[in-house]
Amino acid sequence: MTQLFPNGWIHYLVGGLLIGCGVSLMFVFTGRVTGMSSVFTATWSYFSERAFFQQAKYIGSRGWRLALALAVFLGAALWWWSLGPAHALTTQLPWWRLLFGGMLVGYGVRMSDGCTSGHGICGLASLSLPSLTAVLTFLLTAIATANIVATLGVK
Amino acid sequence: MKPASFIVILLGGMLFGFGLAVSTMIQPEVVLSFLRLKDFGLLLVLGGALAVTLATYQIVPRMLKHPLLETNFEVKRPPMNRRTIGGAAIFGIGWGLCGVCPGPAIAGLGAGIWMLILALIGIAAGAYVHGRTTNL
Repeated sequence: MTQLFPNGWIHYLVGGLLIGCGVSLMFVFTGRVTGMSSVFTATWSYFSERAFFQQAKYIGSRGWRLALALAVFLGAALWWWSLGPAHALTTQLPWWRLLFGGMLVGYGVRMSDGCTSGHGICGLASLSLPSLTAVLTFLLTAIATANIVATLGVK
Repeated sequence: MKPASFIVILLGGMLFGFGLAVSTMIQPEVVLSFLRLKDFGLLLVLGGALAVTLATYQIVPRMLKHPLLETNFEVKRPPMNRRTIGGAAIFGIGWGLCGVCPGPAIAGLGAGIWMLILALIGIAAGAYVHGRTTNL
């Protein structure tokens, strides 16, 4: 157990259950499937006239998707204020890994139409075989990439 | 969407963001330690979230004709094609590089990890390039 979870395991499980409760609450009351990645394309519909961004599915959902993103931000801020450390957490990752990694993440999740929450939580909970295939694919390429980068000693 | 639905989205989203922060998945180093197979916590987070959501998605539409505030339960059926799988492969490469996916990019900023603004800008830019280069 301590080998699999050297930093303990309860906070992982509690955090996951809370995420599931949030997704479930939104589904029971509004019927919406609440993956996180669509907000990025939907928000571009405010700024770009291109037909791709002006699709009804983005125009029609951008309001509540932005509200969802704001709420996720506020929920984490509430954690920081109530349970979080006095000094803000930091990351030691270099700027270029965050920026360029983020660009690949943004392109990939929109091409796949789902991310860790869209395919990983909502898709698997919908018993979707394409989502399961997507999850196994991104886990595989992510594990490969993280280990290659670490082996090469990239900072 | 009704105003009451927006309030539920705000509450549900806050639970989502609070839970992500509790799970520590807002820290890229924690995600990367899972991807390097040193700490399997991410599977517990995903498993916990999935167990609750699976029960809700499978049981509630059989009990209720429609959601409590709206007219229909959304059904998403992603296609099994090159976009779904190829996009996931590209996402994974980026995720392995930065340890940040869309939810934690937003939640991590809320928890004060300011550097994650870089990942958020990257994700927004990647989504824009995808939209610019994809024909309907």
